Amino acid sequence: MVQEYSSILDWIVFNDPMKNPYYPFVDTYNLPFDIGYKLWEILGGAIAWLINLIFPGNPVSTWLVCDATSTLMGLLIFMLLIFIIAFVSTLIVLWMERKCLGRMMDRRGTMVGMKGFLQCVADGLKTFMKENTAPKKVDKMTYWWCVSLIVGLSVLVLCMVPLSQRWFVVDYQTGLLIIMAFFALAPFLILVSGWAQNNKYSLIGGMRAAELMISYEVPMLILIATTALLAGSFNIGDIVNAQNETVWYIIPQIIGAITFFFCATAEAERVPFDIAEAEAELVEGWQTEYAGMKWGLIMLGDYMRGSVSCSMFAILYLGGWTLPFIGNGPIPEIVFLLKSYLVFFFMILIRCALARVRTDQILNIGWKVFMPLSVINLAIVLLLKVGGVF
Amino acid sequence: MMTDSIVPVKEMEDRMDTDKMWVIMGPQHPFSHGLWTLKVQLDGEIVTDAEPIVGYLHRGWEKETENRTYPKIIPMADRLCYAASMTYTHLYCMTVEKALGIDIPEKAKYIRIVADEVCRIQSHLMWLAAVGTDLGNLTVFLWCMREREFFLDLNVKLCGARMTTNYPRIGGVRNDTTELFDRDIIRAVDRFEKAMWDIIALIDDSSIFVSRMKDISFLTREQCANMGLTGPAMRGCGVDFDIRRDDPYDNYDQVDFEVPVLTKGDSYSRYMIRIEEMFQSCDIIRQAVKKIQALGKNAPYRIKTPSKVPAGTAFTRLEDPRGESLMYLVSDGTDKPYRLKVRSPIFTNVSTSKAMCLGCRIADVPAILAQIDMCLGETDR
Repeated sequence: MVQEYSSILDWIVFNDPMKNPYYPFVDTYNLPFDIGYKLWEILGGAIAWLINLIFPGNPVSTWLVCDATSTLMGLLIFMLLIFIIAFVSTLIVLWMERKCLGRMMDRRGTMVGMKGFLQCVADGLKTFMKENTAPKKVDKMTYWWCVSLIVGLSVLVLCMVPLSQRWFVVDYQTGLLIIMAFFALAPFLILVSGWAQNNKYSLIGGMRAAELMISYEVPMLILIATTALLAGSFNIGDIVNAQNETVWYIIPQIIGAITFFFCATAEAERVPFDIAEAEAELVEGWQTEYAGMKWGLIMLGDYMRGSVSCSMFAILYLGGWTLPFIGNGPIPEIVFLLKSYLVFFFMILIRCALARVRTDQILNIGWKVFMPLSVINLAIVLLLKVGGVF
Repeated sequence: MMTDSIVPVKEMEDRMDTDKMWVIMGPQHPFSHGLWTLKVQLDGEIVTDAEPIVGYLHRGWEKETENRTYPKIIPMADRLCYAASMTYTHLYCMTVEKALGIDIPEKAKYIRIVADEVCRIQSHLMWLAAVGTDLGNLTVFLWCMREREFFLDLNVKLCGARMTTNYPRIGGVRNDTTELFDRDIIRAVDRFEKAMWDIIALIDDSSIFVSRMKDISFLTREQCANMGLTGPAMRGCGVDFDIRRDDPYDNYDQVDFEVPVLTKGDSYSRYMIRIEEMFQSCDIIRQAVKKIQALGKNAPYRIKTPSKVPAGTAFTRLEDPRGESLMYLVSDGTDKPYRLKVRSPIFTNVSTSKAMCLGCRIADVPAILAQIDMCLGETDR
């Protein structure tokens, strides 16, 4: 009997991923997973067809296109996709800062390829080529692990920020709290790595990171609680939808928005709150002993946290991925990214215009300015809520 | 009897063995503009002791001059300070002229005044740029450097070099002002006076900048006198003294200018003095350029001088951008100096760093010491 060769189209079948019994996102449509799933259906189907040509009727081919494998592979591609988009948006933030800062300081900024965008590739290569040195007297385990943990946490937080209703990793009911919790972990690790490096500059830098944290973390949490109170939920999607139905929360919470902006600047350790790595007096602060790619990764992690800060501002006060009168629109992800870039632009302006504050000044600002302002903001929101406006 | 708190804080502090820690800032440290070290003792973040260490850049300048003929020392004097090369060359030529007992032409005196004030403005701009980076802002640095370029261009116009100018000569200056130099310098000064307000707005309108400098690091007049602090930093502490006005050299008595003095004595007043000095320098330049124009195109700008200096000593001082610089020449009648002693303003100014930093936080140390305006070439010589 002559073996019937099957057509490739018998193997590439476009199924609805939501009909798949192993679908990981319960009842909600997820665009990146959809893309990943479809990509695997094409790729896996082609591979399965090829294997089937050589070994007709083998079990591997059918395994490659079954529901469970498709979901698994779809998830892998989904993770890659989420990370690449988050990474590229961070690189855009980095490029934006260099170019805008250059323009404000009356110089050109980066000039390597694509209007200077490829400078970050060049920098990455350069730091990667450098010798990976570690000082003799550091505490080896904490020294090495702190880099991984700080960068890992930054990547984690960055990937957890949803870009739209359909572009998310997990849709927790307490998503806002989880993001802020992971976000706030990095300063602890900075403190630990400051100890681990066995260097006086790093030690002072680490202690300063702790000092910085206690001054802005409390007002920031109050502000987040206020927004959650106004929206009636800790779910990010609910907060954005609530803003879409009423007004952007920057209008009732203008005081809170400004305070949150500065707290977010401090969270991302940017000028004027970069006291933990104050280069004028502490060389490079807590990063002093990190050389080569370790430093490059830490720098990347800093920008990732900066980009998360801006995204959080866009979610909490600028209506996330929605636009007034339009709502979700065709590509809400782009709208969301543009909003967070707008917030970052203001951070660049601040970096350009201000000097670094002192440690005692930042404690004063945190407890005597940010704290009362966030409580006033809470009181206004409570009045609005009780008065039935929202 | 009321107690302050339930916890006996004082007793606990006494019992706790809190160590003070020496942090060594330098010689390769972003805060030290050049090779010098500041050892600071820290109690937490508070500075409890400080000790400057200089001498990394010692080149034996004074000894080297003893093996050179007088004209050959002029380009060496340029290298004393990269930011204020003109004043040091000027000072050296003045010292030798005094030893020779000659008087130089009027025009050379005014040209030297113009060159000195251009040098003062660009040196102060360099200082302002350093203040910006020490306080953590790069915009101030780049804007000041941009403004400074116009004055370096004037140097090029006058003598062909940007920084090590090699321009004054014993008995005058090397060349007359070049064509259209008068027009260019007035334009540069006019432009600078406008552009300076942008930088001032960036710094003085920002409460962060001001709060980093205000009410820290007080120095009294007595401390200035005891430690030998001179220059703008001294005038910021309430001492009303400027060599250009009180012991005038080279026709400085013919131009009209004010010496800014502030009595508060903190870091911010030292900053304000230098800013005001730049505007006063602009006034001096305008007047001196008018005098040069009045002298006419063919007025002499240099006289011939003998190569051998008669035996004896000469001593001159001059208001450098950073303070009072002084040269003491001992001649034995040959064409080489027997001894040439330089008193650098920063070498004494930096010894006040302990008094300045005591009780401040480590974050303030760069901002305070920026007011000294370190230049290691002249300090270590």
